[in-house]
Amino acid sequence: MRALLTFLASRLTRALIAVWLVSTVVFVVMRLSGDPVPLLLPPDAPRSEYARVAKELGTDRALPVQYAVFLGHVVQADFGRSIHFREPAMRVAVGYLPATAQLGLTAFALAVLVAVPVGVISAVRRNTLVDHAVMAVALVGQSAPTFFLGILFILVLSLKAGLLPTSGRGDWTHLVLPALTLGAFSMASIARLTRSALLEVLRQDYVRTARAKGLREWRVVAKHAFRNAAIPVLTITGLQLGTLLGLSVVTETVFAWPGLGRLAIHSIYNRDYPVVQCVVFLSALVFVVINFAIEIAYGFLDPRIRPR
Amino acid sequence: MASSIPVSVPADALSVGGGPRGGSVARRTRRLLTAGAGFVLLLGLVAGAAPWLSPHDPVRQSLRGRLAAPTLEGADGRAHPLGTDHLGRDVLSRTLYGARVSLLVGFAAVAVGSLVGGALGILAGYRGGWTDSVVMTVADAQLAFPFVLLAIGIIGVLGPSFPTLVAVIGLSGWVDYARVLRSQVLVLRSREFVDAILALGGAVPRIVARHILPNVLSTLVVIATLQLARAIVLEATLSFLGLGIQPPTPSWGGMIQEGREYLDSAWWISIFPGCLLLLTSLVVSRSGDWLRDLLDPTLRSE
Repeated sequence: MRALLTFLASRLTRALIAVWLVSTVVFVVMRLSGDPVPLLLPPDAPRSEYARVAKELGTDRALPVQYAVFLGHVVQADFGRSIHFREPAMRVAVGYLPATAQLGLTAFALAVLVAVPVGVISAVRRNTLVDHAVMAVALVGQSAPTFFLGILFILVLSLKAGLLPTSGRGDWTHLVLPALTLGAFSMASIARLTRSALLEVLRQDYVRTARAKGLREWRVVAKHAFRNAAIPVLTITGLQLGTLLGLSVVTETVFAWPGLGRLAIHSIYNRDYPVVQCVVFLSALVFVVINFAIEIAYGFLDPRIRPR
Repeated sequence: MASSIPVSVPADALSVGGGPRGGSVARRTRRLLTAGAGFVLLLGLVAGAAPWLSPHDPVRQSLRGRLAAPTLEGADGRAHPLGTDHLGRDVLSRTLYGARVSLLVGFAAVAVGSLVGGALGILAGYRGGWTDSVVMTVADAQLAFPFVLLAIGIIGVLGPSFPTLVAVIGLSGWVDYARVLRSQVLVLRSREFVDAILALGGAVPRIVARHILPNVLSTLVVIATLQLARAIVLEATLSFLGLGIQPPTPSWGGMIQEGREYLDSAWWISIFPGCLLLLTSLVVSRSGDWLRDLLDPTLRSE
């Protein structure tokens, strides 16, 4: 119990340090970008106006004070008001969260549901034509730039074959291409890892024993080998959720998907920095929470790593 | 592609069965690696010689010759083997020039990443103690959030420029170098020869430069190659998002973005540079894998 609490505490500390570092980077970048006051005022505004707005934003105070005030706001999830939407930045960002979550989770489910069986088949049928073909596709999937993969899908499946809509958010058909694009990298990674993990396990003595007992091959694979191969696969699979979050910016832009990533890009073009900072922070927070949850789940699943 | 999470690269089945056929596998890997290096070299030559190889000026517009399909006899009576874009610029010439941006940013970013990551990794591994703790905590923190997003935020606020781009892409990869080198230096440092040199009055910087560095160089090269593929893709991605190299300078990511609106009528604008980008990414990352298999098979589990 003590060991478990220590484990939880150390992981929580790390998660908090990560969030703190992200906020600090956000603050530094915000300062580097220059004085925000002229952005908010018309060019012919009098000097007294400048002073008033600077006082209101707190930019007239010393940097350490500004940093402290900023951290205080971060704790309250307050990133200021969006210049473009004229609403609190956090409220704007949270409004775009469901679309990103829908896309990310669909891509994740698709990746796992395709990759794991494919990896298993590849391992069982190793060095056959099927295996080579699947692994070649996986290699391409792993190194293909996500945005170009999306463009290829749009060209071939939407424009030429006319099967699916090119962009936007609507019924489930709108979800297929973005989810496939976003999930491709994870799918390829999970498939390759499943294959190599299973191959590793299939060489073990207990698999030979199981075969020697006269068990059918599928039973050996399903019951004895797969369960042991599942642990590394599970770790990587969990980490893919975070990767998907990072790649969703690109996918959302390609498919005009109204999520957080597209909001971030639009806000950059609009010079709406409160929203940009808020999205970066929010994503980092989601990412850190996911990683934290995975590490804890992993600690429970595999007792060997718990005491660390 | 670009992700802040280190995905462990699965071992190939080839080596799982290894053993007696090891020699021929190594020979095959060496041959593949030569081919990969040849490809990169060729791309470098093409990029360097772009002004002489390109049939047209890559930024010269021709409103009469817009959106021409790949042709040997265009509206201007000259060949456009890969067609022209929405401003009538030659796609082949732009693709050749685009290789410059990709390689320049890619190699510069790798230089930044390997210098910073290598130095911090060696420092953390050699000094240990709180230096090690600080470096590794920052590394963990960086891995704990999607760097692509932060990169977009930073470039979005600072504005895109070559130095910003190189710094951001380079620094996005430093953790990989630092983590691997740190663990290797940690082992090397405890070896007897280090103590022997210290006892003989050898200075620490000299030990690091003459004895530690040569020992980790092959690892450094492997990671740098894998990072090169990542950097090239990240640059293209940022350029695609409008946050990379700015028009009219041709870059692959920018070209793919420009051609996106014309995908239905003029697919060649996006698809040719895209395919070259995909091929480059594939070849370079595979070369990294092959290099690792040859130089440092232990890295596999990393």
